[in-house]
Amino acid sequence: MNYHAIVIGSSAGGLQALKTIISGLSPHFKIPIIICQHRSPYSDSFMVQFLNELTPLLVKEADEKELITERHIYLAPPNFHLLVEEDFSLSLTVEEKVNFARPSIDVLFETAAEAYQHHLIGVILTGANHDGAKGMMYIQKKGGLTIAQNPATAEVPIMPQTAISSGCIDYVVNLEEIAELLNKLCKT
Amino acid sequence: MQNNHEEDVTSQIELELLLEAIFRQYGYDFRNYSRAHVKRRLYNRLRQHELASFSQLQHAILYDVTVFHEVLRDLSINVTEMFRDPAFYASLRAEVIPILKTYPYIKIWHAGCATGEEVYSFAILLMEEGLYERSQIYATDFNTDVLETAQKGIYPTSRMKEYTLNYQAAGGKESFSKYYTARYDAALFDPELKKNIVFAEHNLVTDSVFSEVNLIICRNVLIYFNRSLQNKVMELFAESLIKGGFLGLGTKENIMFSPVESLFKVLDAEQKIYQKKFV
Ligand SMILES: C[S@@+](CC[C@H](N)C(=O)[O-])C[C@H]1O[C@@H](n2cnc3c(N)ncnc32)[C@H](O)[C@@H]1O
Repeated sequence: MNYHAIVIGSSAGGLQALKTIISGLSPHFKIPIIICQHRSPYSDSFMVQFLNELTPLLVKEADEKELITERHIYLAPPNFHLLVEEDFSLSLTVEEKVNFARPSIDVLFETAAEAYQHHLIGVILTGANHDGAKGMMYIQKKGGLTIAQNPATAEVPIMPQTAISSGCIDYVVNLEEIAELLNKLCKT
Repeated sequence: MQNNHEEDVTSQIELELLLEAIFRQYGYDFRNYSRAHVKRRLYNRLRQHELASFSQLQHAILYDVTVFHEVLRDLSINVTEMFRDPAFYASLRAEVIPILKTYPYIKIWHAGCATGEEVYSFAILLMEEGLYERSQIYATDFNTDVLETAQKGIYPTSRMKEYTLNYQAAGGKESFSKYYTARYDAALFDPELKKNIVFAEHNLVTDSVFSEVNLIICRNVLIYFNRSLQNKVMELFAESLIKGGFLGLGTKENIMFSPVESLFKVLDAEQKIYQKKFV
């Protein structure tokens, strides 16, 4: 198998988009998924519970120094940056916001690309800012695969559009078709 | 031209040598900090100085102490606030303070206190609970720049609104503004609050234990360490506490799976408050 992990970045409108993708994943999907969804620093565990009900995979908030495991979907906790370590564990920091966001998509994507190199898939979804574009460039530079949600199918097109304009996207895909593509790319 | 992989290996070697150089020259040991974090921060520093590699940064650090200080700031992350995670303070108030009240004299250690917001917050709580007069508070950090700020007790007025809300959510009983005097953009906290506080330099990686501490608060520091360093520091905490003493960690930090886990009892699993067992 070529890919060892998937990172997904989403912002405004992200919950619906994540819902569509996660419920479309094959029940046998193995590759771990790590998600950075922008959210309020005070948000509770609603999102985790909501997404967890859509899939037989385990959706959970990332714990500090947790080893990344197959059949898990990790969400960045509110108000922390989420990073991937070289030993494929997760770590958290409370440093300044990046692109006005904490968690920041760029921080997750760049560190994941360092760790997974070309074994990584990056997915950028709906959102109203520019977070994630640099991260996608870095994933591509390291030889990973990059997917952007077709801005026409995004609740807010700015974020995927910014990534596409920077010229680092391999596939531009309608929201409804992203899960299918991931199923195909990650088939065991 | 090197390929991607060889480049990475080289830069890995350079990074390790750089951390070694910092340790040997300046005594600060970052070798067991979270690598992803350290690398990201140092990459940013490279970019700002328009340097091409970690070796070049190493040269700059070794020959120019001001560059070292910048890097120290990069790696130490001093972001903090007053009554951060109000529920943590509310829980201390409900679960820990009543027991501390049974001691004639209490010793409190804030490890990694940054610019002091956490220390003043807890001092306010001690005042309101009538415990302050019997408390000796040690507030430590390895970064002396932030300790200077902490010592002053002056914070931007612009943040007082947010802090007032935090204070209230933490169960604050007074009007928060009674604790500071605002002058233009600076809020000076009541000097009475720091009467029993000693601000001191202490490095959790290289310095030794404190003795007979009743309560250690160390929040959002351990997340920067790798597992083995976390374990070492947990042992330092366990040794520094009296039997029945308390440990409060950050919301994302945990003593689970550390070698000292069995020495502690969980008081509040969510707020990460633990008590050292008596036996
Ligand atoms: C993010 S701040 C936490 C401040 C406060 N405790 C809070 O939770 O808001 C982390 C602090 O840990 C300090 N620190 C990092 N490594 C340390 C070490 N080895 N020894 C002592 N302090 C350290 C940093 O200088 C920084 O001030």
